[in-house]
Amino acid sequence: MNFNNILNHLEEADPEVYEKLSPRRNVLKNFGRVTLLTALPFALGAYFKKAYGKNTGTVADALNFALTLEYLEAGFYNTAMVTNAGLIPASDQAVFNTILKHENEHVAFLINTLATLGSAPIIKPKFDFTAGGTFSNVFSDYPTFLAVSQTLEDTGVRAYKGQVTNLKSAPDVLTAALQIHSVEARHASHVRRMRAAAGATLADGTPLKPWITGSQSGIASAAVQASYNGEDLTTQAGVKMIGLDGQDISANAASEAFDEPLDMNTVLAIVNPFMI
Amino acid sequence: MKQKIVSSQVEEILETTEVRSDVSRRHFLQLAGGIAGAGILLAACKKSNDDNTGKAPAGSSISVGSGDTGVLNYAYVLEQLEAAFYERVVLSPYANISPDELRLLTDIKDHEVAHREFYKTVLGSSAIAGINTDFSSINFSDRTSVLTAARAFEDLGVSAYNGAGRLLQSSTYLLMAGKIASVESRHAAYLHDIISNGTFADSSVVDNNGLDLSRTPAQVVAAASVYINNKIDVSNLPNI
Repeated sequence: MNFNNILNHLEEADPEVYEKLSPRRNVLKNFGRVTLLTALPFALGAYFKKAYGKNTGTVADALNFALTLEYLEAGFYNTAMVTNAGLIPASDQAVFNTILKHENEHVAFLINTLATLGSAPIIKPKFDFTAGGTFSNVFSDYPTFLAVSQTLEDTGVRAYKGQVTNLKSAPDVLTAALQIHSVEARHASHVRRMRAAAGATLADGTPLKPWITGSQSGIASAAVQASYNGEDLTTQAGVKMIGLDGQDISANAASEAFDEPLDMNTVLAIVNPFMI
Repeated sequence: MKQKIVSSQVEEILETTEVRSDVSRRHFLQLAGGIAGAGILLAACKKSNDDNTGKAPAGSSISVGSGDTGVLNYAYVLEQLEAAFYERVVLSPYANISPDELRLLTDIKDHEVAHREFYKTVLGSSAIAGINTDFSSINFSDRTSVLTAARAFEDLGVSAYNGAGRLLQSSTYLLMAGKIASVESRHAAYLHDIISNGTFADSSVVDNNGLDLSRTPAQVVAAASVYINNKIDVSNLPNI
């Protein structure tokens, strides 16, 4: 995974990024991009901590991380709605108006929450919604747009879930994060259903479902698979769910019944290609 | 308890039969009838035990308890309610149900059963008794009646999980609650949509900050009480 994009963004937003990442500034600046990229997923977590988490620790880190994702989603839908008129059929405009409205509200809410905590919000990143050309027709081909939308929403659900335990010290923030988390899941459910109506299927040929079956994306692109890996768990908190207590619980049902979290570094690796 | 009594009665009957070899045909039939009846009783008990570890008496009060155990029992109440509802929906679907709706409502039933069994298993001996459901206000042969109730259950479940996360001390169970909460949200959005497409996250559930509903346990059990023939006592849960 190439983290140059995130580095570029961080450098632009904060010229002192390297200093914050490591006291050995010159080492990172001169050689970091070549030699230290493999260490960056870990360094980025530390960056959020050091740069933005001075006052409230993991809570502010989690919120700035969430804000990054909300900026991405809001920017994605805004570009689709405003600058690519004609992409979204008239019959689906209301749906994406609703989703865009929510993502904008999440951005505003997170900025306000960070301000309340006395922490600086990150600067809005610049995005490449084609992910470096992987989804080159995302704003001209509606099925591609829907596939990326589904992936962003499902990833958002996993990202928020991955942060809930970091918010335990701030109950009100935790509740709000859960309230956003469930809205993202509602979005995902609807977009998945739109894709099913347009013919998206699971591996067995049956229509894609509003919930996640195994680790299947229902999208014919390996590029999105990182957002679905690990969703196929059938053991939860040590409890083997298949056929539990004599009930007819299949592997598919067991995996669908529980959505899985993703940690910050995994999510950052997924969204990095979308960042300039 | 019931099962033990019935078993000992059967043993007594068998013993009696063996000892009294001169039993009259009429008496034998009476005994046989008794044994057959006991068999049905045993089967009934077994079924109840499969669903829940014995049901609480109808109308009785059930305290979910305190601390994390209490929160998990509270979630267990909701999952029992949802699972029982969808089990009935799938057992006798509403008139003219489409194959796609039957497929996905069966999925939801399976998910809720999985959630119910998960809580029952992790709670172990701390699990509350099975609740008595009361679905008399729902017309199970009518699509609108069923789906409206289902949507209400799911929205209530989402708001319950959103409100309960802060009450959990264990990170493991907080994460588990999160894993289930988003699946309930997917269900909720689906039910909104098949009642009225595009209402997956409408203003009835999402506010102007883009936040879904959150409810306290007291608010949730009050809303669920019409469907539960037990008083669910959540007064000992944490108040954070």
